[in-house]
Amino acid sequence: MALLNYERKYRVRGGTLIGGDLFDYWIGPFYIGFFGITAAFFAILGTALIFWGAAMEDTWNPWLISIDPPPLEYGLAFAPLAEGGLWQLVTFCAIGAFVSWIFREVEICRKLGMGYHVPIAFSVAVSAYVTLVIIRPVLMGAWFHGFPYGIMSHLDWVSYTGYLYGNFHYNPAHMVAITFFFTTTLALAMHGGAVLSAVNPGKGKEVKAPEHENSFFRDLQGYSVGTLGIHRVGLFLALNAGIWSAICIVISGPLYEGSWVEWWDGWRNLPIWRLE
Amino acid sequence: MADYQNIFTQTQVRGHIDPGVPHTSGYEARINNVNFSSVLGRIGDAQLGPLYLGFTGIASLATGLLAIVIIGLNMWASVGWDPIKFFGQLPWLALYPPPPEQGLNFFPPLAEGGWWLIAGFLLTTSIMLWWVRVYRRAIQLGLGTHVAWAFASAIWLFLVLGFIRPIFMGSWSEAVPFGIFPHLDWTNNFSLVYGNLFYNPFHMLSIVFLYGSALLFAMHGATIMAVGRYGGEREVEQILDRGSASERAALFWRWTMGFNASMESIHRWAWWFAVLCTLTGGIGILLTGTVVDNWFLWGVENGFARF
Repeated sequence: MALLNYERKYRVRGGTLIGGDLFDYWIGPFYIGFFGITAAFFAILGTALIFWGAAMEDTWNPWLISIDPPPLEYGLAFAPLAEGGLWQLVTFCAIGAFVSWIFREVEICRKLGMGYHVPIAFSVAVSAYVTLVIIRPVLMGAWFHGFPYGIMSHLDWVSYTGYLYGNFHYNPAHMVAITFFFTTTLALAMHGGAVLSAVNPGKGKEVKAPEHENSFFRDLQGYSVGTLGIHRVGLFLALNAGIWSAICIVISGPLYEGSWVEWWDGWRNLPIWRLE
Repeated sequence: MADYQNIFTQTQVRGHIDPGVPHTSGYEARINNVNFSSVLGRIGDAQLGPLYLGFTGIASLATGLLAIVIIGLNMWASVGWDPIKFFGQLPWLALYPPPPEQGLNFFPPLAEGGWWLIAGFLLTTSIMLWWVRVYRRAIQLGLGTHVAWAFASAIWLFLVLGFIRPIFMGSWSEAVPFGIFPHLDWTNNFSLVYGNLFYNPFHMLSIVFLYGSALLFAMHGATIMAVGRYGGEREVEQILDRGSASERAALFWRWTMGFNASMESIHRWAWWFAVLCTLTGGIGILLTGTVVDNWFLWGVENGFARF
C-alpha cells in the first residue's frame, strides 16, 4: 500500500490517548492505535456472531438474514443466545466498535493537529443508534423494543413501529427530522454544485474564485453564507437530522403511547380557536 | 481540551461592501441595498445583499405567490371564510386535485380540482422560471451550471409526483394535494395502497442517498471545520494548489477508513449523492402503480421478501 507522495512527513509518533507508542503504527493506509485494536476486536466478533445467528436460521439470503432482539417476556434480562442473546451480544459489540472508532478518530485528529469536529459529529450518529437499541428499550422495560439486525427486517420494524403510534408522519419531531434531512440534501447539492461550477466553468474558460460563488448566491437569493459558513451550516443541518431522528423515536413509547394523529387534537382544541 | 475548536467565528473583519463580480453581459441590474449582520457573521458571511431580480426572478416570485394565494384562499373558503377556523385548522386544510371521475380533464369545474390544476400550473411555472434563473445567473458569472442541473433533479421528482405519474395513471386524482397533513396522508396512503414502499428498490436507493447526503455533509462539514486553522475553507484555491489543510483532511480519512476523496472529488460525491436522492426517488414513484402494483409481492417474487 503505497503512501501518498506527501504522506511520509505526516506519519509521526504521538497523539495517542492510551498505550503510548505501543499501538502507534499503520497497516497499509489504516492507522491502528489502541482503539484500532479494540475496534477490530468488536467488529470481527460482532460480525462472526451475526454469521452464527444466520447459521441458526433457515436462510443465507442476505436480504432476509435477521438477528432479532429477545421476546418481550425476557424484559431487561439476559436472554438465551438463540432467543435474542445473540442480539444483545451483537449490540454490545456494535457499541464497542463505534465508541472505539470515535476515540480512534480523536487520536488521528491529535496526530494531524485538527479540531475534533469529526469524532464529535460521529458521536451524534452513535448516540442515535444507542437511543434506538439501549435508551428506548430500557425506558420501555424490555430489550424486545430494540430493532432487529437485518436488511428487510429492520424496514419491517420501522413500518410496524410507525403504525403502532397511528401515523408517524404526524410525530412533530419526525417532521423536524425529515425537514433537516431534506434541507441537508438541498444544501449539499448547492455547495457541491457551487464548488464544481467554479472549478469547472467549461472548456477554455478560466477557473473562478470564491468571489464568483458569493456573487452567484447573492444574485440568486440575496445572501451567500460563504466558504467557511457553508461547512458550519452543513454540519449543523446534518447533525440535527440525526438528533431529531433520535428524539422522534425516543418520545414514541416512553413519553407518548397514543396515536400521533390524535396528538394534534391538542392544537385543534387550543382555547384561542374558541374565541367567537 | 484547551485547544481552540472552531465553532463560531469569533473575530469579524468588516471591510468594504463586496458589490459582486461583474456579469459577463456587462448588464447590471442588482438591487444594491447591502447590510451587515454581526449575528450572521458569527455563522458565515456577514454581508446581506445585493440581490439580482431580473425578469425571470420577478415572474417566478409572482407566479409562485399567486399559486400560494390560490391555495390559501381555497383553504380559507373550505372553512366558510372564518379567519379563526382558518388558522385553527390550517394544518388539516387542503386544496385537492380533481376527483377520479374527471380523469385527465384539463378543465374540470373550479371547485372540483380546477383550482388545483391552476395552482399546480402556476407553481410549476414558478419553479421552471427559477430554474432558468439559476442557470442564467451561473452563465452570467462565467460559472459552470452544476447547481442548475442538481435543481433539475429535484424538479424531476416534483413533476413525477404531480404531472408525469398522474398522466401515466390516466387521472389527476393520483397527484399529491396541497396541504400540510393532507400531503402526509397522501404519502402514507401511497405506501399502503402499493404494498409498502419500503420494498420498492428505488425507494431504498433514494433513502440511501438521503441519509448518505446527511452523512457526507457531516463528514465534509466537520472535516473542513477541523482544518479551518489551516485555511481549509479555501477549497477552490486548494483544489488548484494543494495545501496543508487538504493534505491533513485527506490523510484523516485515509488513516480512518483506508480511503480518501480529494478536495475536488468530495464535491463530486456531494453533488451525485444529492442528485441521485431525487432522481432515484422519482423513478421509484413513477414505477409505482404503473409497472408494479404491490411492492411487497414484487419483493416475494424477486426473492428478497417472504410472508
